[in-house]
Amino acid sequence: MAKVWVFTEVSADGTPAPSALELLTKARSLGDAEAVALGPGATASAAALGAHGASTVHASDDPVFTDHLSQPAAHALHALVERHRPNLILFASTHDSRDVAGRLQARTGSALMSNATDVVSPDLARTAIAGGSQLVDVALEGPVPRLILVRPKSFAAEPSGGTAAMVPVDVEIPEELRRARRLERHEETASGPKLEEARVVVAGGRGLQDAQNFALLHELAAALGNAAVGASRAVVDAGWIAYSHQVGQTGKTVKPEVYLAFGISGALQHVVGMKGAKRIVAINKDPDAPIFRLADLGVVGDALQVLPALIAEVKARRV
Amino acid sequence: MQVVVLVKSIPDPSGEAKLGPDFLVIREGDGVLDPGDEYAVEAALTLAEASGGEVAVVSMGPANAASAIRRALAMGAHRATHISDEALRGADALATAKVLAAAVRRSPFDLVLAGVESTDGYTGTLPMTVAEMLGVPSATFARKVEVTAGVARVERQTEAGYDVVECALPALVTVTASAAEPRFPTLKGIMSARSKPLEQLALADLGLSPAEVAPTQRVVAVEATAEKGPGEVIQAGDDDAARIADLLAEAKVI
Ligand SMILES: Cc1cc2nc3c(=O)[nH]c(=O)nc-3n(C[C@H](O)[C@H](O)[C@H](O)COP(=O)(O)OP(=O)(O)OC[C@H]3O[C@@H](n4cnc5c(N)ncnc54)[C@H](O)[C@@H]3O)c2cc1C
Ligand SMILES: Nc1ncnc2c1ncn2[C@@H]1O[C@H](COP(=O)(O)O)[C@@H](O)[C@H]1O
Repeated sequence: MAKVWVFTEVSADGTPAPSALELLTKARSLGDAEAVALGPGATASAAALGAHGASTVHASDDPVFTDHLSQPAAHALHALVERHRPNLILFASTHDSRDVAGRLQARTGSALMSNATDVVSPDLARTAIAGGSQLVDVALEGPVPRLILVRPKSFAAEPSGGTAAMVPVDVEIPEELRRARRLERHEETASGPKLEEARVVVAGGRGLQDAQNFALLHELAAALGNAAVGASRAVVDAGWIAYSHQVGQTGKTVKPEVYLAFGISGALQHVVGMKGAKRIVAINKDPDAPIFRLADLGVVGDALQVLPALIAEVKARRV
Repeated sequence: MQVVVLVKSIPDPSGEAKLGPDFLVIREGDGVLDPGDEYAVEAALTLAEASGGEVAVVSMGPANAASAIRRALAMGAHRATHISDEALRGADALATAKVLAAAVRRSPFDLVLAGVESTDGYTGTLPMTVAEMLGVPSATFARKVEVTAGVARVERQTEAGYDVVECALPALVTVTASAAEPRFPTLKGIMSARSKPLEQLALADLGLSPAEVAPTQRVVAVEATAEKGPGEVIQAGDDDAARIADLLAEAKVI
């Protein structure tokens, strides 16, 4: 049976990243699933990882893995690969995992596929291109382990009710791999639900005209109560709103019950991050905007007029 | 300070990307400098100007990549290396990384800059593979890069905010659109680009064999997905707020 590993990011309190549980759910359908968790919280995450299908968790709580970028993790993962010879390693498409996967590839010479949306078998994966209008099957060849970076929310996490054996990782990290140091962490504390978890996402693009108008989106989100504010890359690049709100290829992937796009054109790179929403509402003054092709309800008009009216309507219906 | 920038030539993004029968992107016409790499070129020029250093660009791509390379030179880069070889057609990220690492290694360098991900390929892993092959530390997703006394200080964008990272040189850094505002080449820049050194290399010049750059991944099928038909479209003013609220109620979110 194929040995399928999931490279797992954990927070210091032992909570595995939601994407790790999604990937384990897929991994156990492909073979014997195991997890590798590196950094503070790793050991404590073993129970949750086991409950989602990991038979073994290779764990180290050593802060070297979070204090120093990518090199220690790639080094330890490579040592584990040499020892245990997995057939496939799944990574979530996050900034940190992507870095580790890229470095590991240099050492193993294996195929590394990015942006996968499905894994068919340990040597065949799928990706969506052109905003999801085409599916491409990619065969992975050459030395094992094959490496695949999977877009978040490609699979639903389902508990297996299992338990994992915990194997401590004892790999020496040489001093020369500690040259990139993380000195400070700055996290924006947003009120309300997280973008990836919100039931409604109210997103704005360049059509909102001005950074100040994002206040209307925040007001709508607050009126809805279970909503988060998203944004296109154009407005993030323009500095109207922080990057943590960006939806799309280089930003977050969201799958809310409803996605409302105000003044967003619907570029392919935006669409890949939100097309999984159950319902899509688009407000755009250009009747030919590509976003209308995937909208369940499209409103042709000025977002700045629709927004205040909608805020009032939502407030009225929620009392 | 010697700065190397990895720049990619991509098919004009305003045109429609087409796949050939072998599932490879058809690359006709002049390539353009990947807009994502313009930020890296700009950041490199700013850093080199501050330290009195030089910027070299390295690009792997077919003959029509020359126009992208010339753009980087016109922006102000001092010299360029263009690796082009029939054996590299269809090269995957691993093969590209081997080629770029071998090309970068030919001269001493302090810093390698690259884009976070390319506009056409967006694998986003290639710079890290190069960093590992070069044996240097790295920081990705830099929204700000400064260098003082042989140490790069980077603000690294994270999913939740940003981290401050320090990295001893030599190092590799990938930059986002926030890192720099790319300058527009001046007429003088465009003229002088023609006389700047542009080295053309083939695979053998890097000591690599075609077998070493054989792709490890291959597209075996392309299939169109069922398009969800467009839904209802109304004009603003036609009870738009009430209609949207109805949909929200149907979705049980209000
Ligand atoms: C490698 C790469 C990665 C990328 N990653 C991402 C990503 O993660 N996320 C992302 O979003 N983009 C991404 N992009 C950028 C993407 O291609 C688009 O440029 C971007 O999504 C456009 O943002 P926008 O829709 O806000 O702006 P525009 O495309 O400028 O659209 C603005 C829209 O607003 C409409 N409008 C104008 N005024 C009004 C008004 N008063 N009322 C209503 N509508 C109005 C216009 O008709 C237009 O449709 C990426 C690009 C590349 C190359
Ligand atoms: N063929 C290439 N030649 C030079 N640099 C490249 C090439 N391909 C990718 N790069 C660099 O690697 C970055 C990420 O590209 P990618 O891995 O294709 O998403 C780009 O922004 C470039 O800086």
